[in-house]
Amino acid sequence: MASVLNMLLVVVLALNLYLLGNSRLSATIRIVAAQGALIGVMPLLVHQQVGLAAFAVSVAAILLKGVLIPWMLMRALREAQIKREVEPLIGFLPSMILGALATAFALAFASHLPLAREHTSHLLVPASVATVLSGFILLTTRYKALSQVIGYLVLENGVFIFGLLLIEAMPLIVEMGVLLDLFVGIFVISIIVNHINRAFSLQNTPRFGEQKD
Amino acid sequence: MILLPLVMAALAFALPSNRWRPWLLPVTSLAHGALVAWALAHPALLTQSSWLVLDPPGRLVLVLVSVLFCASAFYTVDYLRRRAEHPNSVFCVCFLTFLSMMTLVTWSHHLGLMWVAVEATTLVSAPLIYFDRTHNSIEATWKYLLVCSIGIALALMGSFFLAYASLHAGLDSSLTFENLLENAPALSRPWLYAAFVLSLVGYGTKMGLAPVHIWLPDAHSEAPSPVSALLSGALLNCAFLAILRIYHICIATGEGTFTSGPLIGIGLFSMAVAGLFMFCQRDFKRMLAYSSIEHMGILALGLGIGAPALFGTLLHILNSGLTKGVLFLSAGNIYHAYHSKSTDVVRGALRRVPLSGALFLTGFLAITGSPPFGPFISEFSILNAAFGASHYWAAGLFLFFLFLIFIGMGILVLKVVQGHPSEAVQSSSYRDGGLTCVPPLLLMALVLLLGLYIPAPLDTLIRDAVNFLEVTP
Repeated sequence: MASVLNMLLVVVLALNLYLLGNSRLSATIRIVAAQGALIGVMPLLVHQQVGLAAFAVSVAAILLKGVLIPWMLMRALREAQIKREVEPLIGFLPSMILGALATAFALAFASHLPLAREHTSHLLVPASVATVLSGFILLTTRYKALSQVIGYLVLENGVFIFGLLLIEAMPLIVEMGVLLDLFVGIFVISIIVNHINRAFSLQNTPRFGEQKD
Repeated sequence: MILLPLVMAALAFALPSNRWRPWLLPVTSLAHGALVAWALAHPALLTQSSWLVLDPPGRLVLVLVSVLFCASAFYTVDYLRRRAEHPNSVFCVCFLTFLSMMTLVTWSHHLGLMWVAVEATTLVSAPLIYFDRTHNSIEATWKYLLVCSIGIALALMGSFFLAYASLHAGLDSSLTFENLLENAPALSRPWLYAAFVLSLVGYGTKMGLAPVHIWLPDAHSEAPSPVSALLSGALLNCAFLAILRIYHICIATGEGTFTSGPLIGIGLFSMAVAGLFMFCQRDFKRMLAYSSIEHMGILALGLGIGAPALFGTLLHILNSGLTKGVLFLSAGNIYHAYHSKSTDVVRGALRRVPLSGALFLTGFLAITGSPPFGPFISEFSILNAAFGASHYWAAGLFLFFLFLIFIGMGILVLKVVQGHPSEAVQSSSYRDGGLTCVPPLLLMALVLLLGLYIPAPLDTLIRDAVNFLEVTP
């Protein structure tokens, strides 16, 4: 089980880098969807026997992160008629290099943290930290409102990966609450994105600048 | 108490009349207030389930939330009547849900549940800020949603770290605060430190502490005044409550001194930022937003100083929250009289809207810590504790920033209230009315009362909270 899990985590890390280097908005949404679905499978692999809680979380996560949220984002993208490029603040190559550095840092950092014995064989902690950091890179270096939402989703994915360690300690209702909050958050955000688009006709956050300091 | 506003929200959603719907808000607020009073009178009810427990600090914040909501609810009725052209069903529903979620934050005694509640407050208050549907309000809402969601995501990471700290120690913990407090000394230290820092940054974002405060000035100045009053007076304090709970766990480990450095640093930095930005401010609602940042800084500072300052800090939650209510509501009246937030236009508020102008001026004196108002007592007590605990540098800087903020805010407030209003604005139809002036007036009276004399039940409530927080195993 652990080896399958680690393989999936490596794929997640690779998707982070791919995301950082991709120039098309619709492609980045698909990549996030793939990442979300992969992460959704993981609750089934973390522990030897699959409990009801893990199963429910897994189904909910796959549905939300892999299907529903990407669908909402795609719709927002289509309705908003945004230019399809990502327009990063720094180039794609530098941001990929930053992402790689972040991954290396996460691996080094995680090896210093004390882990419970049953968790030492997983890549869960470094993968989670690296994904959170990639989310931050996406958030800070992209102009478009939608790309920032994608950054936020990647960040959330990273947090979710860490949550896998706790899947037995965290009660089901809390996990569900977290997912629900995420869903409603994205729902509200995609409505706002539409309004921004109508009001500003172009979808750049730096166009916002009317409010200084 | 949590369900009541939700039921009313459903009712508000179902009610077709744009004119009568806002009256649901004051009705709910009175019922909520009565429930709070009833619950406080029957302490046995407060600890029945393990997830929802109203501990003493929670009670304090809950009282504040309920009082402020009541004031804003009455004010909102008039506000919505003046904005009758906007459909207000979404507004009313979100306003009521907002109350419900803030109540849930004060009740929740489970790490995960508290997180869910705090995030939910962000989501339901976003449409409230967006009520005006202008460019600036979209920008403010966007910043609010994104920045707060990211902050709260970090806080979730912090909560997970804290949970892992107990898992690592081999404890079968249920993640309720009671369990965490009991097991605190056994928690794994590196994870606990990391959890504290992440939670401070995460909930600090929501609370508006300085380096991560960027959403706050926009949101507070763009939101309708009753919403700003609630955001600033109640919501920020709910976020503070979250930090307070994490802090409590750190203290309970028996070596909580590591929390004091970051808290004092971030507190003073918030005050510095607020002081500096206040000087070049022309928009008086934005100025109030920076003043909120200052007061959150004071709370963080008080928490950082630790046990001797706790009484002052908890009292300051109440004082600053209520005074902020006065300021934002009276600022809203002034805004309606002039249709502008810029001090270039707004002059002579004392002549134009005498009561609101006077309230604004008195509110300013109170919030900057002039005697005989409440904030003076709490700030003085924090300062006293800072000297007592020999944090001389922090205390000196604290005094200096208070002075700086007094001057910066004073310049702007005097500009607004003094002088003669220009001819053009004389014609605007707004006059001080009962619904818009009585709520801030009553809040002001409360602030004055707290400055002169702390009622015995409140005193016991705060002392309970201090004792509760000081308990070390």
